[in-house]
Amino acid sequence: MAEAILEVRDLVKHFPLTQGIVVKKQIGAVKAVDGISFDLYRGETLGIVGESGCGKSTVAKLLMNLERATSGQVLYKGEDITRLSGRALKAVRRNIQMVFQDPYTSLNPRMTVGDIIGEPFEIHPEVAPKGDRRKKVQELLDVVGLNPEYINRYPHQFSGGQRQRIGIARGLALNPEIIICDEPVSALDVSVQAQVINLMGRLQKEFDLSYMFIAHDLSIVRHISDRVGVMYLGKMVEIGDDEQIYEHPTHPYTQALLSAVPVPDPESREHRERIILTGDVPSPANPPSGCRFRTRCWKAQDKCATEAPLLAVPERFKGVDSPAAHESACHFAEEKDVVGAA
Amino acid sequence: MTILEKTGPEAADAATAPLLEVRDLHVEFHTRDGVAKAVNGVNYSVNAGETLAVLGESGSGKSVTAQAIMGILDMPPGRIPQGEIFFRGQDMLKMSAEERRKIRGQKIAMIFQDALSALNPVLSVGYQLGEMFRVHQGMSKKDAKVKAIELMDRVRIPAAKERVGDYPHQFSGGMRQRIMIAMAMALEPDLIIADEPTTALDVTVQAQVMDLLAELQREMNMGLILITHDLGVVADVADKIAVMYAGRIVETAPVHEIYKAPAHPYTKGLLESIPRLDLKGQELYAIKGLPPNLLRIPSGCAFNPRCPAAKDVCRTDVPPLAAVSDTRASACHFWKETLDG
Repeated sequence: MAEAILEVRDLVKHFPLTQGIVVKKQIGAVKAVDGISFDLYRGETLGIVGESGCGKSTVAKLLMNLERATSGQVLYKGEDITRLSGRALKAVRRNIQMVFQDPYTSLNPRMTVGDIIGEPFEIHPEVAPKGDRRKKVQELLDVVGLNPEYINRYPHQFSGGQRQRIGIARGLALNPEIIICDEPVSALDVSVQAQVINLMGRLQKEFDLSYMFIAHDLSIVRHISDRVGVMYLGKMVEIGDDEQIYEHPTHPYTQALLSAVPVPDPESREHRERIILTGDVPSPANPPSGCRFRTRCWKAQDKCATEAPLLAVPERFKGVDSPAAHESACHFAEEKDVVGAA
Repeated sequence: MTILEKTGPEAADAATAPLLEVRDLHVEFHTRDGVAKAVNGVNYSVNAGETLAVLGESGSGKSVTAQAIMGILDMPPGRIPQGEIFFRGQDMLKMSAEERRKIRGQKIAMIFQDALSALNPVLSVGYQLGEMFRVHQGMSKKDAKVKAIELMDRVRIPAAKERVGDYPHQFSGGMRQRIMIAMAMALEPDLIIADEPTTALDVTVQAQVMDLLAELQREMNMGLILITHDLGVVADVADKIAVMYAGRIVETAPVHEIYKAPAHPYTKGLLESIPRLDLKGQELYAIKGLPPNLLRIPSGCAFNPRCPAAKDVCRTDVPPLAAVSDTRASACHFWKETLDG
């Protein structure tokens, strides 16, 4: 897993806040994503976790260039996607596809399943010549575990889990290298979630896909991910492999997040230490100075208000051969024993 | 806050009967496509100070049962052809609308999943909280406002005095859910029904809200029916669990026992499909197939098309909710085999 297929460098997205109807003037900006860097390696699954409003979905859109980045780079095989447009962008997008959260709104209700899954071929006709398309769509249906005879049905004739399979088939149509999944199972029932997760795991092996898996369910992210990044208010606060993040978190936010996850084991509820955070996530239009987590952090000191911590291996863990030695953006990073999401 | 006096025959019943008991409840909806049988014979009970978690997927009938208890089912198209709901020994389904209205809000209150749509967007939260006291206790506007501030303080909304005039959209999701809790607590009810109270919230906020709910419940010795699909939340707070599938209770047990040894294949499947550390990289156990269509519930055991252990008898005979022990029951013909693994 050495080759980085996608390199994200200092990615920033600010949405301007404007005032006035005739003469618009900018009065501020929602800092949805504010300087994020990470790599996605070939064949791996990178999980991104964080609470609503932390910018994880905006990152997904920036990687697809569905939103224009304010600054920073997204390098796909050395080429900066954020600067591309027209034909060059189209060519790159063929290799980066997306699966959306809500299978009820992300499929056009007036199109048949065959048209939905076949639509990518209209945009990239070089992948499948016109005569072959129907056969190709039926193959895709088969791959995601749906009956190929359903090709003429409409989305409303399917259940939520089946619709998500349709969304996945559409994502696979162009043989992409990267699939960005934005909360792909959170709208599904518990008994159906496992089916879709298993399908995604199988497809990854079969087609050598790299996944970026965005979700708020920490136990599912752990199950599917090789590495996990934790986001808070537009920043990446900690990133590492799944053992480093879940067993040896060093950032207070990650620790709080993990301790807050309800564990499906009633025996653990007595002897479990929970970190209950006070207050709410601050507005991304007006984030706190210095470390963004300091307003809810129990360790915050003066330094946290003035100096923004960088995402790097903390000084005290440098050169130490320990799972705690991974990138964490905290001045006072240290290990704390929290019961992780099983 | 005043505690409502409990007098007369009601008090005598309260000593013996459970706080709430649902017996053989059936609910159906008449639709253009036929009769959807949402609830098909549900039995459960809750005592004061106890937390019952009702676990189930969408369409399992868990919310419809709650709506029947509250008396807020849309009828028609809904209909309750059969069943009884006893509150302190009195069948609420036989009461007049006026009698039920007195129970609703004062004795049994409900917390909904989506606070933003449950609150009125054009009235301030203070007004909506105060409404409880004005309508039910005939309080003056001024006194009701004081009460509203008290309540907001109690559910730990910062700067309650300044925020009492704010509108629902000015609060965050967690704060709105606190306001919902405050509203449910306002008249110090005996029983609270919380329908997926934290599903729309982030995990750190979910932990705050569940903590608050548990604390207030202890303080006021209320019964709590927690409706959820989250096995983690259930393990954290419940005393006992009722698992629902296709409108029936398939298993009921104290919380510690069910996680250790489920006695119904559906419960077992749900527990096994949770990602576990030792199974990383492997396929998750997945219950095959889909939840049933309520217009065409399979004959026999409703779970039989998805059940790995289904035999012929499962396709023909509906399994009764059989006692597994004094405190447990399972609606499976083969509960013994399931329990043994």
